Amino acid sequence: MSDLHHKTISQLLRDLDNKAFSSVELTAHYLDRIERLDPAINSYITVLREPALARAAAMDVARQKGTHPPLAGIPIAHKDIICTQGVRTSAGSRMLDNFIAPYNATLVEQLNDAGVVTLGKTNMDEFAMGSSNENSYYGPVNNPWRADRVPGGSSGGSAASLAAGLCTAATGTDTGGSIRQPAAFCGITGLKPTYGRVSRWGVIAYASSLDQAGPMAQTAEDAAHLLQAMAGFDHRDSTSINQPVPDYLAQINGSIKGLKIGICTEYFDAGLDDDIRTAVMAAAKTLESMGAILSEVSLPNTQHAIPAYYVIAPAECSSNLSRYDGVRFGYRCADPESIEDLYKRSRSEGFGREVKSRIMVGTFALSAGYYEAYYRKAQQIRRLISRDFSQAFDQVDYILGPTTPSTAFKLGEKVDDQVAMYLQDIYTIAVNLAGLPAISIPAGQSQGLPIGLQLIGRHLDEGGLLKVAHNFQQASDWHAQRPDDGQ
Amino acid sequence: MQDWEIVIGLEIHTQLKTKSKIFSGASTDFGAAPNTQACAIDLGFPGVLPTVNTRVYEKAVAFGLGIGATINLTSVFDRKNYFYPDSPKGYQITQLETPIVVGGSVDVVLKDGSVKTIQVTRAHLEEDAGKSMHEDYHGQTGIDLNRAGTPLLEIVSEPDMRSAEEAVAYARYIHQLVTYLGVSDGDMSQGSLRCDANVSIRPMGTEALGTRTETKNVNSFRFLERAINYEVERQIAVLESGGRIRQETRLYDSDKDETRPMRSKETATDYRYFPEPDLLPVHITQDYIDAVRQQMPELPAAKIQRFVRDYALNEADAQVLASTVALADYFETVARVGGDGKLAANWVRVELLGQMNRESLTPSAESLGAISLSANALGMLLARIKDGTISGKIAKTVFAALWHGEATDPDTYIATQGLTQVSNSDELAPIVDGVIANNPQQAAQYREGKTKLMGFFVGQVMQQTAGKANPQQVSELVQQRLLD
Repeated sequence: MSDLHHKTISQLLRDLDNKAFSSVELTAHYLDRIERLDPAINSYITVLREPALARAAAMDVARQKGTHPPLAGIPIAHKDIICTQGVRTSAGSRMLDNFIAPYNATLVEQLNDAGVVTLGKTNMDEFAMGSSNENSYYGPVNNPWRADRVPGGSSGGSAASLAAGLCTAATGTDTGGSIRQPAAFCGITGLKPTYGRVSRWGVIAYASSLDQAGPMAQTAEDAAHLLQAMAGFDHRDSTSINQPVPDYLAQINGSIKGLKIGICTEYFDAGLDDDIRTAVMAAAKTLESMGAILSEVSLPNTQHAIPAYYVIAPAECSSNLSRYDGVRFGYRCADPESIEDLYKRSRSEGFGREVKSRIMVGTFALSAGYYEAYYRKAQQIRRLISRDFSQAFDQVDYILGPTTPSTAFKLGEKVDDQVAMYLQDIYTIAVNLAGLPAISIPAGQSQGLPIGLQLIGRHLDEGGLLKVAHNFQQASDWHAQRPDDGQ
Repeated sequence: MQDWEIVIGLEIHTQLKTKSKIFSGASTDFGAAPNTQACAIDLGFPGVLPTVNTRVYEKAVAFGLGIGATINLTSVFDRKNYFYPDSPKGYQITQLETPIVVGGSVDVVLKDGSVKTIQVTRAHLEEDAGKSMHEDYHGQTGIDLNRAGTPLLEIVSEPDMRSAEEAVAYARYIHQLVTYLGVSDGDMSQGSLRCDANVSIRPMGTEALGTRTETKNVNSFRFLERAINYEVERQIAVLESGGRIRQETRLYDSDKDETRPMRSKETATDYRYFPEPDLLPVHITQDYIDAVRQQMPELPAAKIQRFVRDYALNEADAQVLASTVALADYFETVARVGGDGKLAANWVRVELLGQMNRESLTPSAESLGAISLSANALGMLLARIKDGTISGKIAKTVFAALWHGEATDPDTYIATQGLTQVSNSDELAPIVDGVIANNPQQAAQYREGKTKLMGFFVGQVMQQTAGKANPQQVSELVQQRLLD
């Protein structure tokens, strides 16, 4: 039983079916590990011990009756920006430290319908703003591979808990790389679906036109298990896509023979770490050996992605976060003297530094006289970036490159250098601006730290991305590497 | 003393008649206990998203077609950002750059009978805010978010009006139109139609517009007229004493009958508009517009023309009878059942509206639905006048009985009360003979040519028959008896 946490969802489902152990035993195993190991990692904000065990027991009963849903009894974790009914949903912020969500996010409902057990809520950068998980009201998360390293962000808690064997899989959200970058830093698989594939209802907004929730898992196959449940149209989200959900698990086993994979030249720039360059190119060769056809493609507007993102995302966030005013819910300052005082102090005390910085940038970008120069211009760049991708996808089926320019950096290393922090997202951000799906999978190591490979696909081609990733994972074992926790 | 020209533009917020809110499923019913009709979306909770109640497109399109406007096949929702406690999200969802309705115009008839055309700039969809209540909370403010998210159509006019009278005539026309189209219930006491008046003055004969003030949230036509007149007088006084008009938002206080600068709602006036990323642009098709057009009721102007043509009414009568859809429908039922348009118009205008007016009832669908006297019954009553069963005088008695709910069916009432007109000569002749016999002096005078005395004889007979004798028949008999 001691190695349960090394098993993938696919293996666990077989074992549960074969009654090798129960979901209660599995869940208890994870809860015990969280209790023992998470104090050193800090990947969870809230652990739901009793509800998780009760839910696992109910799923065991369902399994005995044979009426169980597909993921019955699988213990997962949710990023704490995803609303869970009756449970604190903090978004990593003091502002929502007292917020008990009165509803479930649609994706939580869908995963519950699929039978999962929720172990708890994972740590994150405040309101999903950050690339290191250092912007959390609940303290930073340590990378399980090396305690002095960040796990990446903003879904740092989900990635770290997976790498540490503290959940079987987790949900994350990705606005500029927040699933893929921590997946790369922690050596796990993270998929950002097409914008609109997974409902945003109940996912606390950072930048509405970019936010997208997705699965974080040990393997591409496990990610397919989660996405199968999470994807789909939701009438409560006007931006969700009304297209049927394919059978991802059936798709992943297909061959990649003859698929055209383009290596993005702009992603192998001077800022890229040499070990990552070597590992990613080696991975490309592996795919070629399996029948994929490699070529080079260009995304000429890549350099404009970060400036455009850091206008659009803060602009939307400045408006989205206006509701946190201390009036109806969330943090309220003590003894306000006037309505202005209530606003100013509640927001000054309730939000952290990075959030306030982005609200100010966004407010400036939208203000009279600057709108044309910033917001409108950024939207134009966004269209150019989308055009880059559609031209590239006229030539190739998938675009390949590194997920990040470096492996996990040191805690505190970039805290005082906002621009260096923002450059972390250089390869991931354009994908959000274009609304495309992309996946990060482990493809090597550098000095004992994981390296992430990113694959970008066409609109709604999550199945194809999972197939390429799954094929690669059949031919490599980077995804199976785990840090030694001495347990 | 200089002559000033008054320039007025109106922004009219009309509440759309939908069961649920524009971006949530919460009810729009008026008068519920505070915050009982505000769901998580209306409260702006974390993680919630708006979805558009598609009924609002139908209403906006119908209004646009009603004023001959262009309907934008693609319109875009924008966010207007400002902090205020009754604005739960910190922004209002509205339409700035690409509204659903653009252009159009309305013709209003003024008191002197002249017609004035007023151009409409645009009409856009938006959500209403909640209410802040500053009384009763001992220095604190109460917030009621029931109204937050109520759908509004904001109708913006060009500065085409030159007097308070024109502004009121325009506002009344818009009110009539939105009520006719079922776009709004038009209940001004519940805030279903609220006017912001932009007023400026300029020396007569000049082109450049003067600095304007915006008087907000005027919720009755009477107040609109007073607010504009007050504001005009104030501006003239300021300018003529050498002062300058400040561009500002003002509030009309009906108790004091004055406007005064409003407590500023926001400290900054930069709303930082940008496209609402939670909602996709609204696409509607020409087919949709055509379908809405098909279902549109007859508009007021067309109805008035038809009444004049089909019922041979004068313009003034037709206007009164077409003032609401409910009254027009009532009148047409009376005319159909009674078989006489002019008679129906006369009875509806004089008797029905007179009675309603005495009881302070307006001819709304609600009041016409609630009164005891149905259009059908009134039509039957008129039919009995036409076929000679009763006289017009008796009909008024029956009308009163029907109005007070003492009877529902005129025929039954006429029969049970024995009100049927006596037209039978055999029955009337002895009475006529008796009257002549008892009044020999008048009979002689009549025979000598004083034919005006006919009224006296008829009156006598009517008195003896309690009004039931057919006056026509009586006068024929009198003439016969006296001249033969």
